[in-house]
Amino acid sequence: MDANSPLKASLSASRALKLVLSVNGRDHRLSLDPRVTLLDALREHLGLTGTKKGCDQGQCGACTVHVDGQRVLSCLTLAASVEGKAVTTIEGLALDESTLHPMQQAFMDHDAFQCGYCTPGQIMSAVACVMEGLAETDDDIREYMSGNLCRCAAYPNIVAAIKQARAEMKRSRK
Amino acid sequence: MRPFSYERAHDLASAIRAASHQADAPLHAPIQFLAGGTTLLDLMKIDVMRPDRVIDINPLEKTFSEITVTPMGLRLGALARMSAVAHHPAVEREYPVVSQALKLGASAQLRNMASLGGNVLQRTRCSYFRDTSWHECNKRDPGSGCAALQGLNRKHAILGTSEHCIATYPGDFAQALIALDAAVEIAGAKGNREVPFRTLHKLPGDTPHIETSLATGEIIVSFHIPAGAYARRSLYLKVRDRESYEFASASAAVALDLADGVVREARIALGGVATIPWRAVEAEDVLKGTMLDEVRARVAAEAAFAGARTFGGNDFKPELGRRTLVRALLEAAALEIR
Repeated sequence: MDANSPLKASLSASRALKLVLSVNGRDHRLSLDPRVTLLDALREHLGLTGTKKGCDQGQCGACTVHVDGQRVLSCLTLAASVEGKAVTTIEGLALDESTLHPMQQAFMDHDAFQCGYCTPGQIMSAVACVMEGLAETDDDIREYMSGNLCRCAAYPNIVAAIKQARAEMKRSRK
Repeated sequence: MRPFSYERAHDLASAIRAASHQADAPLHAPIQFLAGGTTLLDLMKIDVMRPDRVIDINPLEKTFSEITVTPMGLRLGALARMSAVAHHPAVEREYPVVSQALKLGASAQLRNMASLGGNVLQRTRCSYFRDTSWHECNKRDPGSGCAALQGLNRKHAILGTSEHCIATYPGDFAQALIALDAAVEIAGAKGNREVPFRTLHKLPGDTPHIETSLATGEIIVSFHIPAGAYARRSLYLKVRDRESYEFASASAAVALDLADGVVREARIALGGVATIPWRAVEAEDVLKGTMLDEVRARVAAEAAFAGARTFGGNDFKPELGRRTLVRALLEAAALEIR
């Protein structure tokens, strides 16, 4: 990547912030320009490219991650502002090396994507939606998933996937 | 994004002190407070806001995010997130217009991020304000003109406009606060003050860049919503181009105190149609002491929009606004209260 890219802008040391970010249960020491968003920190500095950059202005939901268990948009979050909080990305969702999260499996079972670019954001948002108790009806799923756009329009399959995962997640909580 | 320095606030007083010596109107000031960031970072990315110092007030969240329900009313800390308040059981039950206005705003992710204080201060979605390639925008650059007057103004305001600005106030929660006669508590260098929420936003007039009565360095710390007979019989109706995740084309926050169908008191605030969260006092006066039916609601709606001025693209808005208000009033009147 170009050294002049704003994503890794190398300003004087006095401007750089020394941060410890906790991502998927691991602490990472970083020295970042204050402008770096959580999204760019994940993708460009930690190599976690599962989280996608869609609009980069808080409109599409592709960059959705969890911060302290809450779904948020990483493109409108400064990396510096999540120091001391627990960040979870799509890479940290699977239960172990060989077992996908029920939501990941459900998206595959229901073919809930076409190009797949919005999918990590959809899945992170959907997991939170179920945990919030806001995925009880199809209408609720559509309403509370409205912050995740899918330009391939896989919406009916996404709703179906969430319903399958909802049942699995409820079972596994017991 | 332009370079800025970042620091965290450790207490309210030092944050206020740091930001109190700026000359500009607060929304243009070089020192900005960061809460949810959903407006600030968005506008910094598109170069509309250009702070050189950002003070993160999120470390103060624990102190300033409490939701307190008492017989006297509801107190909401300004750093409470939209989602926490929207889904609070007592807010849903006792202050439905507050819960509904919050749930119908933005998306689930944004509601988890956005604070109440930031929500009421969100900036207009006027595309000429947001796109710096237009040099005419009196909000962004005082004295430069208003491109929306002759431009694409389908989404622009019809109430409270001036020859200098017709940008729509985009929020929903503020209308609920006005309908319930809320107060806002503001902390500043000289201490705290509590003022009626409806005095927070200022009409554009010939100074559209001054959007609120906040002084530099001041921070909203809480909202206080009095318990009133009309709080339970309240609702928020939002009409928009999409079913979800869209700003209002027209909206109405309505709260009624009814006795046997007669209106003892009506509170009405309109969204999507005005330059500020708009209290429709004329419509309230029409309803007071009358039997509320469809005919009366229509008369009230006519009064609410009597002063409307349209600009071509938004010629449809007075009628949409009237119909939205009529429906909101009739639905509120029909609510079963426990």
